[in-house]
Amino acid sequence: MASEAIAYLDNAASTPLCSEAVEAMAPLHRELYANPTGAHRMARDTRRQIDDARDVMAEALGSEPGEIVFTGGGTEGDNLAVVGRHMRVGGVTVCSAIEHHAVLEPVEHLGGRVVAVDAVGVIDLDGLAEALDESVTVVSVMLANNETGMVQPLSQVAELVRSLAPNAVLHTDAVQAFPWLDVASLAAGADLISVSAHKFGGPKGVGATVVRDGVELSPLLLGGGQERGLRSGTHNAAGIAGMAAAAEVVLKTRAEQVVRLAGLRDRLVDGVLGAVEGTVETGRRSGKVAGSAHLCFEGIESEALLFLLEDAGVYASAASSCSSGAQDPSHVLAAMGYDRMLAGGSLRLSLGYETADADIDRALAVIPDAVARLRAYGKG
Amino acid sequence: MRVLAAMSGGVDSSVAAAMLAEQGHEVVGVTLKLWGGESDTGCCSVSDVEDARRVADLLGLQHHVFNFGDAFDQRVVAPYVDDHAVGLTPNPCIECNRHIKFDKLMVRAEALGFDAVATGHHARLETAGGGFRVRRGVDDAKDQSYVLYMLGQQQMARMMLPIGHLTKAEVRERAAALGLRNSAKPDSQDVCFIANRSGGRQGFLSRRLGESPATVVDTDGTELSTVEAVQAVTIGQRRGLNLGGTDEPRYVTDVDIAAGRVTVGRRDDLYTPTQDVTGIQWADNPVDGLVDVQVSAHGTPAVAVVDHSGRVDWEEPQRRVAPGQAVVFYQGDLVVGGAVAA
Repeated sequence: MASEAIAYLDNAASTPLCSEAVEAMAPLHRELYANPTGAHRMARDTRRQIDDARDVMAEALGSEPGEIVFTGGGTEGDNLAVVGRHMRVGGVTVCSAIEHHAVLEPVEHLGGRVVAVDAVGVIDLDGLAEALDESVTVVSVMLANNETGMVQPLSQVAELVRSLAPNAVLHTDAVQAFPWLDVASLAAGADLISVSAHKFGGPKGVGATVVRDGVELSPLLLGGGQERGLRSGTHNAAGIAGMAAAAEVVLKTRAEQVVRLAGLRDRLVDGVLGAVEGTVETGRRSGKVAGSAHLCFEGIESEALLFLLEDAGVYASAASSCSSGAQDPSHVLAAMGYDRMLAGGSLRLSLGYETADADIDRALAVIPDAVARLRAYGKG
Repeated sequence: MRVLAAMSGGVDSSVAAAMLAEQGHEVVGVTLKLWGGESDTGCCSVSDVEDARRVADLLGLQHHVFNFGDAFDQRVVAPYVDDHAVGLTPNPCIECNRHIKFDKLMVRAEALGFDAVATGHHARLETAGGGFRVRRGVDDAKDQSYVLYMLGQQQMARMMLPIGHLTKAEVRERAAALGLRNSAKPDSQDVCFIANRSGGRQGFLSRRLGESPATVVDTDGTELSTVEAVQAVTIGQRRGLNLGGTDEPRYVTDVDIAAGRVTVGRRDDLYTPTQDVTGIQWADNPVDGLVDVQVSAHGTPAVAVVDHSGRVDWEEPQRRVAPGQAVVFYQGDLVVGGAVAA
């Protein structure tokens, strides 16, 4: 039943490597393979690639080049911010209830405070204000949510942190935001900003975190002292170059891609809402990043829907996947007050820069029938 | 046929999936994630899912993971705890088969376009007298027909039990010949959602029900000892009763949770000419004559007549069956029905 053509609508999980990244990485495999901290010419040439990439990422994230720390990806950046801050200065950690697990788990592990969100999935600023005081040393609020796509009011969060938690630094997980939003300006009030390359056309296993000058942080990895001592370990030179190349593409094309993909996303969501009764669009469309479509279907279970969609050549996801590959109930929808049954019928369709009209056509041709079939069989 | 093969990561279900693929069926593997709580039996662990996935990879099968944790909690674990609270000794494997594997999974399989669900149970599925029947697996020591008595005709019509005609040794040989990584993996033991390292069944129940102590009395009412958790005491039990040394073994003959009283007696006191049962069901038509009745997973059957009003009349007195245990009716090797001890 699997078809040749695939509509890949899981870009919030990962994206294809853009051709610019492929090109940028190629010389670092067989030509510039030296350890960039070495003393010889090839090492210096490799190092140059990393420094060039650092300049690009600084521009993309609105920081000085010296404030960029290359990491192994979003999870590491999130942990560096929360755990690294706590290791250095102790105190209380705070985050929103809809953070990625890479923030939520460290905060819960450290006995921190978790701030509620409203029914559309936006952080409750009054709740945040209540959670803030002089004991708080790090606050982590994402710029855009990975399930609903809802953008968080980061500048207001920053103001509250400045006024109510004078000892705190503000971290934002901008992993999902970067392909869609001007992170440099929207996260200007944050002290720490984390992104992950494979969410925007770069390779897996590499990311960057802005650590603004003066922010006191302990490294998670000790060793050779790379990255201002905040991230020891030989640089993933090819990955870093690939990430920077992808970031340049984002900076160059983001504005037009956002317009194009918001149009496709609206056609997709409106099409499904029109064709399938008992469908709830989560959050608020105007508050979402352009590539995000997130729906809940009454009376079905996501796993079964994803199976049928895969059979029909549409690749998507529901909530976050657990390590076994099973679909776990969404903590994001739970925080928004969705009941477990409705949340259990969620579907995330996430568009990316390579998403085309044909992908939307296919999804629209497939989803209504799949939902109808599952409803006919009851809850399987 | 398009077959959804339930793959636990163990050797039986792996070989079952392999055999169906060899027979030319279009097989998709699925591993059920049932339990997120503590377990040291390996049930539903990430490594089990990995075993299943790697076996599927080797066999060239697509593999999925379905999270049935909520249903398992509601239909298997919660009733298991609730039953113990009222003095029953349920068989959770049977409830899992009844509600999860051969109901929820089967309904989903049908919705997803599968013709059948296959499992690695040691039992055979046969047509007999125009209908389907479960027959004992070839390997007596591994026979699992007992936990499949609840299957109805509709379910059996959409099931496959590929390894029932193999012994366990033959299953392992096939697994080894196929190069399956789990060919020597130990069999699963006990209740999959209970961790032995945390006090086993009693610890599991105590954490959920609290511990209600009970007095252990003789058949004439003499107080002998006390036990910490009456909910974990089962008819027929003779260990863990704090009786110290006795001349002859004492067995639990009655558990009265409300009164906090456990009665013990001699072995003979356990024997009864009749056994009350509830929920009698038949694979097909009810049987009026003699049947062989088996009261535990690998027990020895005894001959009886089933009184359809809810009683098993033994030909010779048999030990009382703990309330909640399955009582399964056979004719020869064929499962013809079953019930639950009252």
